[in-house]
Amino acid sequence: MATNIEKDAVTGTSTTGHEWDGIKELNTPLPKWWVNLFYVTILWSIGYWIVYPAWPLVSGYTTGLFGYSTRGDVVEELNALKAKRGQNAAALEKASLDDIKKNPALAQVANAIGKAAFGDNCVPCHGIGGAGAKGYPNLTDDDWIWGGDLAAIEQTVKHGIRWATNKDTRVGEMMAFGKSGILKKDEVEQVVDFVRSLSKLDTKADVAKGKDLYAANCASCHGDDGKGNKDVGAPNLVDAIWLFGKDRDTMIDVVTNGRGAVMPAWTGRLDAVTIKSLAVYVNGLGGGK
Amino acid sequence: MTNTPHAVEEETFIEGPLYASAKKIYPQRVQGTYRQIKWALLFFCLAVYYFLPFVRWDRGPNLPNQAVLLDLENRRFYFFFIEIWPQEVYYFTGLLIIAAMTLFLLNSIAGRVWCGYLCWQTVWTDLFLAVERHIEGDRRDRIKLDSEPWHARKIAKKVSKHAIWLAIAWWTGGAWVLYFADAPTLVNQLIRFEAPFLAYMWIGILTATTYVFAGIMREQTCLYMCPWPRIQAALTDDQALNVAYRYDRGEPRMSVKEAKRAVAAGDPAGDCVECLQCINVCPTGVDIRHGSQLGCIQCGLCIDACDTVMKKLGRPTRLIAYDTDDAILKRSRGETPVYRYIRARTIIYLVMIGLIGGGMIYKLATRMTAGINVIHDRAPLFTTLADGSIRNAYTVRILNKRPEVRDFALTVEGPLGATIEVVGVPATADWRPVVEVGPDRTREVRVLVSVPKDQVKEKSVPITLRAADLFVGESVSAKDHFFGP
Repeated sequence: MATNIEKDAVTGTSTTGHEWDGIKELNTPLPKWWVNLFYVTILWSIGYWIVYPAWPLVSGYTTGLFGYSTRGDVVEELNALKAKRGQNAAALEKASLDDIKKNPALAQVANAIGKAAFGDNCVPCHGIGGAGAKGYPNLTDDDWIWGGDLAAIEQTVKHGIRWATNKDTRVGEMMAFGKSGILKKDEVEQVVDFVRSLSKLDTKADVAKGKDLYAANCASCHGDDGKGNKDVGAPNLVDAIWLFGKDRDTMIDVVTNGRGAVMPAWTGRLDAVTIKSLAVYVNGLGGGK
Repeated sequence: MTNTPHAVEEETFIEGPLYASAKKIYPQRVQGTYRQIKWALLFFCLAVYYFLPFVRWDRGPNLPNQAVLLDLENRRFYFFFIEIWPQEVYYFTGLLIIAAMTLFLLNSIAGRVWCGYLCWQTVWTDLFLAVERHIEGDRRDRIKLDSEPWHARKIAKKVSKHAIWLAIAWWTGGAWVLYFADAPTLVNQLIRFEAPFLAYMWIGILTATTYVFAGIMREQTCLYMCPWPRIQAALTDDQALNVAYRYDRGEPRMSVKEAKRAVAAGDPAGDCVECLQCINVCPTGVDIRHGSQLGCIQCGLCIDACDTVMKKLGRPTRLIAYDTDDAILKRSRGETPVYRYIRARTIIYLVMIGLIGGGMIYKLATRMTAGINVIHDRAPLFTTLADGSIRNAYTVRILNKRPEVRDFALTVEGPLGATIEVVGVPATADWRPVVEVGPDRTREVRVLVSVPKDQVKEKSVPITLRAADLFVGESVSAKDHFFGP
């Protein structure tokens, strides 16, 4: 390092003695208060060590006089959220499902709580946004196997479908017609093709025979016209929505082996307010009818 | 070998202190044109700052009647007839650009007029200096007082000065918080100690900063903390008016007696008599005769001081004056000075101010009092309904920027046969759902658009969602897409 200190002719100030490619630096001193502020910040940092968690120890760390922790912050915020939800939850608990529907402010709260609960509990089967999957109903359409009004949805969420441990659960059985021997293999195909003909899908077997078989075996649940029955959870067979798929092989499989998809009962796992809110949210997903 | 450390020490020794202690400046009282302009601007600026929150502006029911209000809680900004929502924060960007361009324009015409007359640091320092001068006397008295040991009268003076400073600083902080809440209500709350803690905290912070910056830091703020002098030095040119010592007239400096002798001998004699009045009155303690410099805030007080002396001596005034480097140089060469205010840079700044200002005025004049934001559901992209038709769901937020409840009829423009429904909102007779939005509020609704099976021909078709206030006749729309299988 060059150390050639000289007096600058123009300013009368001495240089620092450093030189870079012929450029010299004037020694312009910092103001004293600036330096003092620097010392103050050092003192301030010592204050930090004392009042905040700072130094790692062999096991643990110095906790500081304020007892501050980021985890404590989170707990505090969660408690605040709980308190805030408490007021709304109280209002929701008192209100009937129809009251909630009529009161936009209450419905908004229910929707928010429902949306969060849906994301935590329902998404694994019903998909993000209620899009559904094969065997798991799409909740955004207008076809409801067990009913799509608020009360029906609440009933389904509360007690589940075919959920053995819940005594109020709703049960409806799609029997294994083929496996149990009620229908022979060709009869299964005939009845499947009859159902397919209702929706104008392609057929192979004798539809006329299938019609008779349908009337004898299926109409009691799915109805003479194939429009289903929400009381026993028998799906509509003449609409455009197919829970397990509309290809012929799948339908033959369904009739042969039966189906008995399960929806858990959420009573006991979720509180009444959350279930009510889920009903409002899911009802809204499907159009709010 | 034994000599080496010593030699190194000698070579690396830096002459002078590493840190400079601030030299206390005792600006002297001065009278004259620029001092009067400064007083007028000081009173104007302070009056605006302290009293603007109390100005009322009737906006009708449901809205605050304070002319200037930054309502952070409800996220609204009111400025007389203008109401700005958070979405329109670009107005602030525009204002900041205009402010910067105006600063640059002023600088290219008349140098650091901002620093000298309008900057809050200058205005409050000036006010604090006036208090100091009133209590402790003018420059000589203050220097004398500071050099004396502590005695009762000195303590009394110092205490009363700092008390008044703190009172002004407190009022400054107090006025600040009034811009963020209804001023009369807040004043009432503050007096009865019922105001929010945040208000007292901000008053405390601003009391401290005002007291420290205007009372204690003063010119140190300009010299060491403010970025503008650095930027300004890079922006200026030799055609800008600056407070300048006309060296062509002033040099060589000599006393009146010496000047007489020199004139008699036929030697040149300058008008500067080295009375140092220009330095004594300077609030930043610079010698203007060294030319434009970082420390000079160009307040023009040295012009007043010099003019007073020149008048007494019977010499022409304005030895120090607003002048351009170019003009002084030309005059010293015996040429006629030319002042060029219309230059490339002034035109560019003016055009930019005009463009941005014009754009903002246009946006304000055509400002919608409604708005619509649309987000398409991500999952599922579309839903097949029982009858085979396809439905898309959208989250729509409707903004009502008027102070009354409004009804917005929602319509969809896009594929043939598209119908629209809003979850929780019954459709009216003509199949248009009508959404009620509260005064000065927004409302989020779930909107379902359905298209018959045979009309869905492509995977994605552009659609437009429109919200129309049929009563006022205002309609806003947003573009999105309709997805199909």
